[in-house]
Amino acid sequence: MDIAQQLPALVIVLPMLAAPLCVLIRHSALCWALSVFTSLLTFLSAFGLFNQVRADGVIRYAIGGWAAPTGIEYYVDMANASMLLLVSFISLIVLLYAYESVKKSVVKAKHYLFYAAWMLCLTGLLGITITGDAFNVFVFLEISSLSMYMLIAFGSNRRALTASFRYLIMGSIGASFILIGIGFLYAATGTLNMADMAGRIPDAEAQRAVLVAFSFLTIGLMIKSAVFPLHGWLANAYQYAPVAVTAFLAGTATKVSLYVLLRFFFSIFGTEYSFGYMLLNVVLLPAAIVSFILLSLVAIFQSDLKRMLAYSSVAQVGYIVAAFCLATEQGLTAGIVHIFNHGIIKTALFMSVGCMLFRLGHTHRNSLDNLISTMPFTVVAFIISGLGLIGVPLTVGFVSKFTLIGAAMEKGWWLVGALVLLSSLFAVIYIGRVIEIMLFRKVRVNEPAPVGMKEAPLSMLVPMYALIGVSIWFGVFGTTTLSVAREAALVLLGGYQ
Amino acid sequence: MSILGLYNYWVVVALMMAGLYIMIARYNLIKKIIGLGVFQTSIFYLYITMGKVHGGTAPILAEGYPLYSNPLPHVLILTAIVVGVATTAVALALIVRIYEEYDTIEEDELKSIELAEQES
Amino acid sequence: MKLYVRQRHRVLQVVTKLIIPFVLLFALYVQFHGDYGPGGGFQAGVLFASAFILHGLIFGLQRTRSVLTPSLLRVLMALGVLIYLGTGIVTMLLGHNLLDYAALAANPKTGQHWGIFAVELGVGVTVTAVMVSLFYSFASKRL
Repeated sequence: MDIAQQLPALVIVLPMLAAPLCVLIRHSALCWALSVFTSLLTFLSAFGLFNQVRADGVIRYAIGGWAAPTGIEYYVDMANASMLLLVSFISLIVLLYAYESVKKSVVKAKHYLFYAAWMLCLTGLLGITITGDAFNVFVFLEISSLSMYMLIAFGSNRRALTASFRYLIMGSIGASFILIGIGFLYAATGTLNMADMAGRIPDAEAQRAVLVAFSFLTIGLMIKSAVFPLHGWLANAYQYAPVAVTAFLAGTATKVSLYVLLRFFFSIFGTEYSFGYMLLNVVLLPAAIVSFILLSLVAIFQSDLKRMLAYSSVAQVGYIVAAFCLATEQGLTAGIVHIFNHGIIKTALFMSVGCMLFRLGHTHRNSLDNLISTMPFTVVAFIISGLGLIGVPLTVGFVSKFTLIGAAMEKGWWLVGALVLLSSLFAVIYIGRVIEIMLFRKVRVNEPAPVGMKEAPLSMLVPMYALIGVSIWFGVFGTTTLSVAREAALVLLGGYQ
Repeated sequence: MSILGLYNYWVVVALMMAGLYIMIARYNLIKKIIGLGVFQTSIFYLYITMGKVHGGTAPILAEGYPLYSNPLPHVLILTAIVVGVATTAVALALIVRIYEEYDTIEEDELKSIELAEQES
Repeated sequence: MKLYVRQRHRVLQVVTKLIIPFVLLFALYVQFHGDYGPGGGFQAGVLFASAFILHGLIFGLQRTRSVLTPSLLRVLMALGVLIYLGTGIVTMLLGHNLLDYAALAANPKTGQHWGIFAVELGVGVTVTAVMVSLFYSFASKRL
């Protein structure tokens, strides 16, 4: 077996193999070790793929040896190679971190199911990203969604169940809409292969089926990536899921959906059709702007940290979608780089909140008085990644916001740039208030000092700081990610070869 | 290609709207899932009806039957049906757990319980 | 109580006992003829499971559970997926792409045949196990 040649398959096969093995093993710690090991191997495979793509260009892998338009193919270019890298990396880091927190919040007899669901979710997310077949996107989307519902329902509060159920209803509608869209595209073009489809759409554009497919796909993908006003499922799901799951989902789930959105609108339908003929930005841009303004405002008024960060996630999705709406190379670059940067920052933020949850048992903003004295490392981690979320210079947030505003100016959308700045101010408020409470507010005298308060365990701190290290690295040397994102943007705008 | 000639698509539309309406309008979680089932079934119909070739037989190669329906939508829908079954199973499992925790599966009652919980 | 139930459903029980072997046989036919004609793992798995579900409905869950225990089902569920993926991994080890059955025999056609056979077996095992365990988990709830 030539491993270098089999990498596209290995990325999917490894986590898919780990899931049934977890069910067979049934031992909590062993399952965790297996999941971490698998995630590591998957990450290495993704890294290998990334390097191959950088060196030799697009990789096409025919499943079952059936060549492209007939069979299912995996199609790897710069855009999805970098997404694969992001998803597998975040899974690896969060799994390393998850051990203690899962041990505490999930019933021990169910740990093996938890890790099996995690592996399936990872399979689904990677599958959506790597596949070059439109129907395969739907199948992997459902694999990841179903395991996500399960992971969310593992939350210790009973409201996790209703949150998961509501997500299930919304998610199923979204996935079904995507299925309808793919069906109409198949009817209009007679192919399911995405590259093939992209080639045939110009001839089929006059058909109304393409228009209908476009509309269904837009709505379905907006639900899945939680764009305002279809973000309703997200807040509860993020708040009540186990914190490790929230950290994982925040960094990957909506991001992968956004990637699919990019793929369909820019590569398959083509920029000209999506934005020139269908006027997608007339729908998406207002939604995106309302997303980042309104939801940042909503985040200010949340007293629960997890919920606050969940709303902030919707706001950040707004930035990304607004960047896509520019439909220029610069705009797409900004969007893609923000997918990465936000994925890393938000995961780090949720991880630090998870550390607080681990020791305090809750995450109410108003009772984090002077937390720095008991949990200094956690608080510093929160502050660093919080600054990244706001977009302070030398953090990754600055890199992406700077690019985004630059792109908006380039296109002449001054107002959009100004609104991005305004919503960054809101971010200063909601993050700043938390930081202020944690640093400066003194513990009230009449309250007894909390017993047994100490720093979170090392097994949680080390992965968290590893992630923060990565975010600082990419903040200081922002050109690395920017150049990758630019290559990805060019690939997406250029369509299939 | 008169309007009635496309009656199979009208069936799809009717089922799809009925399913969506049930999901939105009913408070009972089980009924929501029934709505989801109807909605998904309409999509299966859409695919199957798309694959039908006028005068075509079942897609099995045999002497004397040169015209057959497109088998690909059938295969796709087989997968989608399995996905639908899995979704229903997960949803029902969640409903069972919700019932165990809340003693009700009415959406409005669940909401009021959660609201009361939040205020206390 | 048990005796009463038994006597009351005598006809059903006898008929069920007669039917179950044929259901299983038909399921096996659909399973193993699936690579020649209509059929395959999904359909066969559901048919196979339906025999056990029928048994459970007529004779009570307890007796079915003693034959197909939930822990066995869990193993079968995982095993089916492993058979499927295992086939894929074998083809990869033989130097072909994932699930390229042509690798499995000298003659590509025979290889395709064997590959589909193995994969459908995996699908069938998993579908059976999942169906029966779905039935168990919902039928054993007392709400």
